[in-house]
Amino acid sequence: MAEKVLMKGNEALAEAAIQAGCRLFFGYPITPQTEVSAYMAKRMPKIGGTFLQAESEVSAINMVYGAAGAGARVMTSSSSPGISLKQEGISYIVGSDLPCVIVNIVRGGPGLGGIQPAQSDYFQAVKGGGHGDYHLIVLAPSSIQELVDITQEAFDIADQYRMPVMIMGDGMLGQMMEPVEFGAKEGRKLPEKTWAACGTDGKRERNIINSLYIEAADLEKLVLERYERYKEVEKNEVKWEEYMTEDAEYIIAAYGTIARVAKTAVHALREEGIKAGLIRPITLWPFPSAAFANAAETVKGFLSVEMSMGQMVEDVRLAVNGKKPVEFFGRTGGIVPTPDEICDAVRKMKEGK
Amino acid sequence: MKSNEIIIAGFGGQGILFAGKVLAYTGLVNGYEISWLPSYGPEVRGGTANCHVIMSEGPVASPMITKPTALIAMNLPSLRKFENAVVPGGIILVDSSLIEEEVKRDDVTVVRIPATKMADDAGARKLANMIMTGAFVKATGCVDFDGLVKGVAKCVPAGKEAILEQNKKLLSMGYTYGE
Repeated sequence: MAEKVLMKGNEALAEAAIQAGCRLFFGYPITPQTEVSAYMAKRMPKIGGTFLQAESEVSAINMVYGAAGAGARVMTSSSSPGISLKQEGISYIVGSDLPCVIVNIVRGGPGLGGIQPAQSDYFQAVKGGGHGDYHLIVLAPSSIQELVDITQEAFDIADQYRMPVMIMGDGMLGQMMEPVEFGAKEGRKLPEKTWAACGTDGKRERNIINSLYIEAADLEKLVLERYERYKEVEKNEVKWEEYMTEDAEYIIAAYGTIARVAKTAVHALREEGIKAGLIRPITLWPFPSAAFANAAETVKGFLSVEMSMGQMVEDVRLAVNGKKPVEFFGRTGGIVPTPDEICDAVRKMKEGK
Repeated sequence: MKSNEIIIAGFGGQGILFAGKVLAYTGLVNGYEISWLPSYGPEVRGGTANCHVIMSEGPVASPMITKPTALIAMNLPSLRKFENAVVPGGIILVDSSLIEEEVKRDDVTVVRIPATKMADDAGARKLANMIMTGAFVKATGCVDFDGLVKGVAKCVPAGKEAILEQNKKLLSMGYTYGE
């Protein structure tokens, strides 16, 4: 095993992408993820890759579109306002069935908002954001080691299903340091990119990268095919962590770094005799609905804890389907809920307030 | 499960984040689970800076500390901001050359050490952070001095032996202060 090193989340993410074979990075700086660009700028030229700071986020995502169309492993990264700018490009990439990795180190919004950690882009990431019928695969790591592992996996998942994968972190994950090791992980067996527009050498028909389908029947057929693939993703790629759920009466639902604050709250609640547990979605889409549906059979209630006004809570409610109460506690604007606040919210739920 | 939850706070430019990094690497090379979380924001040089470092015998849950077991305060605003958060029985280390005021708590161990003056006298004013770090390690016994030296060695780039030696010297001054 390689020696563990301390790295900032943003830098670890960039290194993980490089180790996954990403050689093209197009971005535009924005706090709190600028270290991703900075790391790429330093490393890419040394390993025969390309780092390019585009003139805007719109430009960067369309460079990703082009590179993905040529079959390259490509990534872009930004934070909330920048991700909003990229939405048109994301929709086109989806409409052309191209793989790429998009990173959102979320900050408080709406508008320019602030630069402190937030999770208020859940709806945008999971429910759309761009136009049209589509999904992104959305991964939400909660430690820097998991961020590294997930980043390497993200490129494989994107290639396997020919769709963009979004990695959602927050400012805390991007800025903090934890020990990480970069293992030589074996990647997935992936199909050859026979669809890539990378030169025919005069030996085959040309490939066309396109998202325009004027005939309604053609477009419907394509979207239906895409949704068949989404079913495969929902079957194969759902990931979550359960923490102290075996005998839990109250389940906290939380993802990303706030799930770790929730773990501290779980410990504190158990010390005072409240059987709390945590379900932490690692994939936000596909959502681990089955985990919540199963827990709904035995627990007394759920509390979704988020750094937003309540977004994931809607998916928890859909999964629990009215069987048990689903409450919400959140802070927003860049404020991180404390373990004490989370404990209070669980106590209130227990007392039926 | 023992967990050292440390908040280091002071002015930007005092090496607050670096002191945290030294403690984080020290924890790492001595077998602790660790995390290092900086304050970040629209900060300016001379403004406030702080970082949260956890050295735990088990996995680190929240990297954000709300109940520190230790506070290293390198200016008065930092002491006032965090002193009430320290757990009873915890420890507060203050740079007494910059903080004349007393710590108001009577249920924590207080270590006063004139770190900035000592560093100044040693011709390394900017390394008061290392004196505080050495004093912290001595006071808590989380690792021994050799363990601390292994940690700081990870934080100074190879080929900068002179800088490393100076850091070690100041760590030692903090570690042996009052002996």
